[in-house]
Amino acid sequence: MDECGLVTIELTLNGGCVRLEVDPGERLLDTLRDRLGLKGTKEGCGEGECGACTVLMDGVPVNSCLVPIVQARGKRIETIESVDRAQLSALLDSGATQCGACTPGVVMSAAWVMQHPELLHTHGLRELMAGNLCRCTGYDGIIGGLAAAIEAGLARKSEGEG
Amino acid sequence: MRSSRRREGISKLTGQERYVDDLTVEGCWWGMTARSPVARGRIREIRFGRGVDWSEFVVVDHRDIPGANQVRLIELDQPVLASDRVRHVHEPVVLVAHRSRQMCRRAIREIEIVVDPEPAVLDYRIKPTPEQIQYGPDNVFKHLRIEKGDVDRALASAAHVIEGVYETGAQEHVYLEPQGMIAGEEDGVLVVRGSMQCPYYVLNALMHALGRDESHVRVVQTPTGGGFGGKEDFPSNLAVHAALLALKSGRPIKMIYDRSEDMGSTTKRHPSLVRHRSGVDSQGRLVAQDIEMTIDGGAYVTLSPVVLSRGIIHAAGPYACENVRIVGRAVLSNSVPFGAFRGFGAPQSQFANERHMDRIARTIGMDPAELRRRNLIRDGQTTSTGQVISDGTDRVEVLERALCRSGYAQKKEECVSFNAAHPYLRRGVGLAAFYHGSGFTGSGEVYLSSCVDVAGLEDGRIEIRTANTEIGQGTLTIFATIAAERLGLDESQIVIAEPDTARVPNSGPTVASRTAMVVGRLIERACDDLRRTLGLSEADTGQRLRDAIMKWWAEHPDTEPVGHARYESPPGVLWDDQTYRGDAYAAFAWATHVAEVEVDLRTFATRVVGFWAVQEVGRVINQTLARGQIQGGVVQAIGWALMEDCVWDDGAMANAQLTNYIIPTACDVPSIDVEFLENPYPHGAMGAKGIGELPMDGPAPAIVNAVVDALGVEASAIPLTPERLMELVTHG
Amino acid sequence: MLSEAGGQATLLGGTTDLFVHWPERMLDADGVFIDLSGVGALRAHRWEDEALVLGGLTTFWDIIQDERADREMPVLVQAARTVGAVQIQTRGTWAGNIANASPAADGVAALMVRDAVVELTSCDGIETIRLDEFYLGYKQMRLRRDQIITSIRVPRQSCSVERFIKVGTRQAQAISKIGVAIAQSQAGWRIVANSVAPAVCRCRTVERALDDRVPLPHVDALVELLGSDVSPIDDIRSTAAYRRGVLARVLYHELAPLCEWVGPQRGAS
Ligand SMILES: Cc1cc2nc3c(=O)[nH]c(=O)nc-3n(C[C@H](O)[C@H](O)[C@H](O)COP(=O)(O)OP(=O)(O)OC[C@H]3O[C@@H](n4cnc5c(N)ncnc54)[C@H](O)[C@@H]3O)c2cc1C
Ligand code: FES
Ligand code: FES
Repeated sequence: MDECGLVTIELTLNGGCVRLEVDPGERLLDTLRDRLGLKGTKEGCGEGECGACTVLMDGVPVNSCLVPIVQARGKRIETIESVDRAQLSALLDSGATQCGACTPGVVMSAAWVMQHPELLHTHGLRELMAGNLCRCTGYDGIIGGLAAAIEAGLARKSEGEG
Repeated sequence: MRSSRRREGISKLTGQERYVDDLTVEGCWWGMTARSPVARGRIREIRFGRGVDWSEFVVVDHRDIPGANQVRLIELDQPVLASDRVRHVHEPVVLVAHRSRQMCRRAIREIEIVVDPEPAVLDYRIKPTPEQIQYGPDNVFKHLRIEKGDVDRALASAAHVIEGVYETGAQEHVYLEPQGMIAGEEDGVLVVRGSMQCPYYVLNALMHALGRDESHVRVVQTPTGGGFGGKEDFPSNLAVHAALLALKSGRPIKMIYDRSEDMGSTTKRHPSLVRHRSGVDSQGRLVAQDIEMTIDGGAYVTLSPVVLSRGIIHAAGPYACENVRIVGRAVLSNSVPFGAFRGFGAPQSQFANERHMDRIARTIGMDPAELRRRNLIRDGQTTSTGQVISDGTDRVEVLERALCRSGYAQKKEECVSFNAAHPYLRRGVGLAAFYHGSGFTGSGEVYLSSCVDVAGLEDGRIEIRTANTEIGQGTLTIFATIAAERLGLDESQIVIAEPDTARVPNSGPTVASRTAMVVGRLIERACDDLRRTLGLSEADTGQRLRDAIMKWWAEHPDTEPVGHARYESPPGVLWDDQTYRGDAYAAFAWATHVAEVEVDLRTFATRVVGFWAVQEVGRVINQTLARGQIQGGVVQAIGWALMEDCVWDDGAMANAQLTNYIIPTACDVPSIDVEFLENPYPHGAMGAKGIGELPMDGPAPAIVNAVVDALGVEASAIPLTPERLMELVTHG
Repeated sequence: MLSEAGGQATLLGGTTDLFVHWPERMLDADGVFIDLSGVGALRAHRWEDEALVLGGLTTFWDIIQDERADREMPVLVQAARTVGAVQIQTRGTWAGNIANASPAADGVAALMVRDAVVELTSCDGIETIRLDEFYLGYKQMRLRRDQIITSIRVPRQSCSVERFIKVGTRQAQAISKIGVAIAQSQAGWRIVANSVAPAVCRCRTVERALDDRVPLPHVDALVELLGSDVSPIDDIRSTAAYRRGVLARVLYHELAPLCEWVGPQRGAS
């Protein structure tokens, strides 16, 4: 994406304000990986199918390979680099990662579900995670780990309230 | 058994793991490939369009290859870059490099490869015409044969003779990380880093095509985002391509396939056609198995002979039968070469066998589980190659556990009443009993003669040096557990060396379910050897060992203490490559899987609603990892059975996109129930046998058997897509 | 802006169609891109007395999250939940689904079955077109390149039946091999099918038969009626025969419990 002129945009990335020059033809995924050096977000397909490139944009999961960088202007973007390790032990113990190529995307979707347990009133975990293809785990490790993490989160919350 | 946490787990979960595409290399250019537009023909001309300024690019074709224009594998028939002829669509012809990846994309569009077409083989099942012959006298890459007893006589006197024909389609690996390599010269040594299963395969291919010796080439595996066999043979091709561009441009070159290029141009599972003719006696005992297996090898030989070998050895299933004849052929077609894929021929042949067992059961009116119960090999009986099985595993117990866990008998009854009541849903239950040989076939391990080193480091820790790679299956964790257990150390004291051919010995490829069992065992022996080097006894572990290492370094500051081990065949394992008789594998893992399905007669879609996997795999070294292998394998096999369909159009994969090549999502599969029965194998690390490929073998036949149970139609080809099932149901 | 671009501009909605394989596709891209996402007013949807009004940037997820939509217009929520997976639903827009003009558009089927009306805005003013009169053929529609879909009005007529059934290539993240939306209201029956014709379309012959309570004793009766409504083809995802047969079967089994004149009882008498 060489030919066009650069434009300046601002966005909130992992809690901090960033201002950067981008090519208007690039994808959010390219900006993150190539301009900002945030290599945690992966490209598995570039067609919106696999979810390896999932990031949160204004708090909801999106495929960064389908987001023109100009549309990230003024938005809140959270990537795998912002995820708190403490959240991940249930996923680790359940075998949610094998080769790891899908994992950053899986973790972003999972983190979003963990933040919004109310989603489970209308949606099942498998439906919420269906946008993240995994070829290694058969999904049990992911779904089981996420269920355990949500339970632990709810338990912590009710302790906090109680 | 404890389950250690996956060593690199947190690094993967936090996105810290660095795969090849994540590496930034100073001054690196991008490389890309221009490919054949047709399935077969003679290259007349290569035109370079005016849309880009070619002076900005480095361009490589076959004339730039310093060594042999051959991808080194079993045979040398595949060119690195096509010179005068092409044999499949997307065959690489020209390479380009540029600073910008987008400019490379532009350049590729500007290259027109003009080919005069020649008659291509587009269906391997049809006998080729003389104009289509491209290999030997008949396009057959390999013939193999297994003979035991007298099949014709046994068939003539059998109470029932049952025939069937079974077919399986190509399957794409869809490792989530596409193929990728970085090559560059560092101080006169060509260094290639990338996503791969087998660094030494890549090293050998580079030496051969570049005409360099081992001291001038080095291969380093980067963390690999899935392989499943797709990164066994293919990475050699890409590594040579990247190297050629690097040598010509004098810069590091990065080549990363995008998904469509990866799906369109890399290997896939071999399609297969298997014919069965079996004789059974009045008690339902197998008296003869007459089997013919043909696999589609694609355009070049690659690994087809060994895939065929494993395929036919597993073709008769885990049953005792005194008269067996298996004939196998791998044939050419003008599509991408088919290559290694988890299971390596055994899923294809066991799909046919387990489907056929159900057909036998239906024909003679016996419950499918009972038919298997009667025929499963007992200790002391022999396989088709005459291998005496005497490992002490109770294979009937494996079957019974699966029946019990799944509630097989009750489920079958429930299905009948459910089906009678529901307007359009039909449920059925099916099973498959199967086995998988661990390690290389026959004398393969002896030929490989793998080596492992275990070193005592200056700080007292232990370093394990093997060429075996972590591709998601847990190599790093398992190796650490094995060494820690052997040496009485905490796993934090174990370092696993990066698979770098400059530093690690050739411990063989990471394939064939051999890593834990075979290489793990070498690690144990190398640990023992290290103790010997240090003057310790087997009883010396933990702190004593650490002390001895520190003492060694104090006394010999210039030489590190290293323990070595080289493969030795377990006693009494004998194999004859000429007659295909003897001990095909040092050990087998055994399994029975049960599937419950629901077919919607409005849409003819099949949903797997329950799945139970029981297997005996020797000792389980890590429950979490082992369960993950089974669950992941089962789901990959569900995809193969029901939805993964390579659509071919004039030899090209027409659906080379993830949106059109359909693999299961979380919503397409049930939770997979897993149970291990453990019978420690004395010659495997900690008692382990192979596990990685086993779960690919059973689910497809179990699922199709369940569909047959639900609908009563004889489905015999996979993928059993809704379209195909509709044909069967409405037209028979 | 659109007219300045001389009718060569491409509008960016949620870009879940436009940005697929973007690096390759960019090489073919000509003209200008106009990002609609800056126009905040286009995002919100609102409930008016007569209609639910979707904005030109309202996403599938916006509607999935709206409990009122779930109560009053479940067919929209059902269809939206079958679109891709969450990551697509949060970005993909109803307007983009319409303007992309794919015969497989699930959102379009749900909107059409509820008699939605599209509002197109350009310098020349505002034009409204019923969605069921919007498509002219494969990827052809009554949308000029200088027009923007600024809103979609979905009438709040209550339906005694409304549902969307998708037969996809898999359970999620799937493109429709067949989709069918069914509704019944005072306006009569509506049957809308996708992936079986050059564009999403109403099956008017079937609708008339249902309105007239023509007995449909078996699936074949529906196959025959559908013959004049749809014209499925073989493609990479399925076959014409499958599409024809399965559309009829799905419809038959959906309608049979709802209409006493559909099913074997009637045929037998
Ligand atoms: C992985 C994946 C899965 C998908 N699954 C489904 C599915 O299950 N069902 C389905 O129906 N679709 C599916 N889609 C397609 C896509 O998500 C939908 O068509 C979506 O509604 C498109 O909306 P958008 O806002 O992203 O459109 P864009 O990509 O932004 O635009 C699409 C077209 O509409 C034009 N356009 C956009 N907004 C306007 C406007 N306001 N006025 C005029 N023109 C406009 C654009 O110029 C462009 O031509 C899928 C896509 C992907 C990548
Ligand atoms: S890379 Fe974005 S969805 Fe696959
Ligand atoms: S862990 Fe390998 S794809 Fe999910």
